[in-house]
Amino acid sequence: MWPTSFRRREDAMSSLPKAEEAVSSPLGEPRARFLSTVSWSTVGPLLALLLAGAFFASRTDRFLTGQNLSLVVQQSMVVGVLAIGQTLVILTAGIDLSCGAVMALGGIVMTRQAVVGGVNPIVAIGLGVGVCAAFGALNGALVTRVRLPPFIVTLGTLNIAFAVTQIYSRAQTITNVPDSQTFWGNTFRIEKTAITYGTVLMFALYLLAWFVLRQTASGRHIYAVGNNLEAARLTGINTQALLFLVYTVAGLLYGVAALLSVGRTGVGDPNAGQTDNLASITAVVLGGTSLFGGRGTVLGTLIGVLIVGVFRNGLQLIGVASVYQVLVTGVLVILAVTVDQIARRRQV
Amino acid sequence: MSEPLVGPTPVLQARGLVKRYGPVVALDGADFELYPGEILGVIGDNGAGKSTLIKALSGAIVPDEGEILLDGVVVRFRGPLDARRHGIETVYQDLAVAPALDIAENLFLGREIRRSGPLGTIFRILDKGRMRREANAYMSELKIGIRSMQQPVETLSGGQRQGVAVARGAAFARHVVIMDEPTAALGVKESHMVLDLIRQVRDRGLPVIIISHNMPQVFDVADRIHIQRLGRRVAVVEPRNFTMSDAVAIMTGAMSGEAVTRT
Repeated sequence: MWPTSFRRREDAMSSLPKAEEAVSSPLGEPRARFLSTVSWSTVGPLLALLLAGAFFASRTDRFLTGQNLSLVVQQSMVVGVLAIGQTLVILTAGIDLSCGAVMALGGIVMTRQAVVGGVNPIVAIGLGVGVCAAFGALNGALVTRVRLPPFIVTLGTLNIAFAVTQIYSRAQTITNVPDSQTFWGNTFRIEKTAITYGTVLMFALYLLAWFVLRQTASGRHIYAVGNNLEAARLTGINTQALLFLVYTVAGLLYGVAALLSVGRTGVGDPNAGQTDNLASITAVVLGGTSLFGGRGTVLGTLIGVLIVGVFRNGLQLIGVASVYQVLVTGVLVILAVTVDQIARRRQV
Repeated sequence: MSEPLVGPTPVLQARGLVKRYGPVVALDGADFELYPGEILGVIGDNGAGKSTLIKALSGAIVPDEGEILLDGVVVRFRGPLDARRHGIETVYQDLAVAPALDIAENLFLGREIRRSGPLGTIFRILDKGRMRREANAYMSELKIGIRSMQQPVETLSGGQRQGVAVARGAAFARHVVIMDEPTAALGVKESHMVLDLIRQVRDRGLPVIIISHNMPQVFDVADRIHIQRLGRRVAVVEPRNFTMSDAVAIMTGAMSGEAVTRT
């Protein structure tokens, strides 16, 4: 499926430079290159999103309204937050199949502790988020200490988290969730448009992740680790600690997603997020992040999340059966990866 | 174990290094000396122990016996980072750069400069402007013809990439730069550019160790050549008054290293 076990050693495999490339200046002029992966990875997805939006706006008046766009974002917020964690993991050339299942477990822990266990709802939220972070740390430990491939590790923890969720919840949905746990599903109004608090949190988290990845050394090290693990290690980066941290932070984000999911649905659902692992990977790929690691942006992922959301919403509005939404998503993913590969081939 | 009676202390020195891998003896009492301001070539046939020797000097392996001295002081490297902390930088043969990061980021990878004040200490924000300016100044000093420090390294030619790797080693080394097959992946012209760069590094005062299979290159660039055979140093020759075929003869055992005056 996803080629996670091998790391792209582009540097080692790079074609031998041709002699005629060497010119007057001591080490030769840089090759001219402009429209390649870097610009594609941000401009391409944005263009796709705008085109999709324009298409649906031309087909139905109901699409381009504040209320509808707010709904698109609200429907995307859970996968949106999961996809931040997924982006971090994929940037390190890993993958996380466990994110949806871990989120479901976090949601069950926080609601069941509050409703059945009688724990203070806020403390219960902390417990739920903590369980998610612990699962992330488990993924990280298995990847770094036992050195198992991320695909296998998270396939395992996906099943473990799912089973624990079912056992712990006795496969029962938890209702009568206290208001303080569903806060992020509430809305406030700007003019006539109702906006969900959770969507604001999602955007804030994207900004934070963007900032960390771009402006801090740890952020740049995540790219370096995904790009060339050995080179990163030899320059003195503690790659194992960094990888562990990435998986743990991803788990923490799944906990936040669990809180948003509880807020959106108002219940603790043991079957929540069952396809969200693939949905989040889809969003990351649509956003132009390479599954081989080291390239991509979290803002691209946000665009990817919104592309999926816009297609789902738009096709619904123009009355296309929901199975076609799945079809379109599949086509989009293959298109996105194709564009990425072509851009890269042209550049090498 | 004889040391020169006159002359400066070696920057990096090894005495009687032994490294065994099970029954295989990779280093069998190897000596090594690197003097200030020189380029020292290390040659030897496959299995002569030259890469083991270099690994010991760069901290990648710990020798079973023998000692390593840095500026006359005994040091023990527990790992490559340990050697780096002592001011020994190694440029690895497989172009050890992160291709998607830009030149400035690669130069400062693992040693980033943060902004001054609370922005740097609390929010840990990088000072990208300063890193770019310093990278720019440094790269133009080395006359590597790269215009923008914001170019991803993958957009560079192989020679330029190796230039970035060499520049990084030279920028942060305080004592020694070790180059492991720096031209192995390069064409003829690009190899010459990298060799020029290595000379510049030496002229800036840093001694360089260069390991290469390419005899003409070693004879071209090195001030002295350490010849390794069967786990030991058999001779040190000066390329000025020594022929390549004699060096090959010593390397392969056809000529005794004892016949050569050590310089």
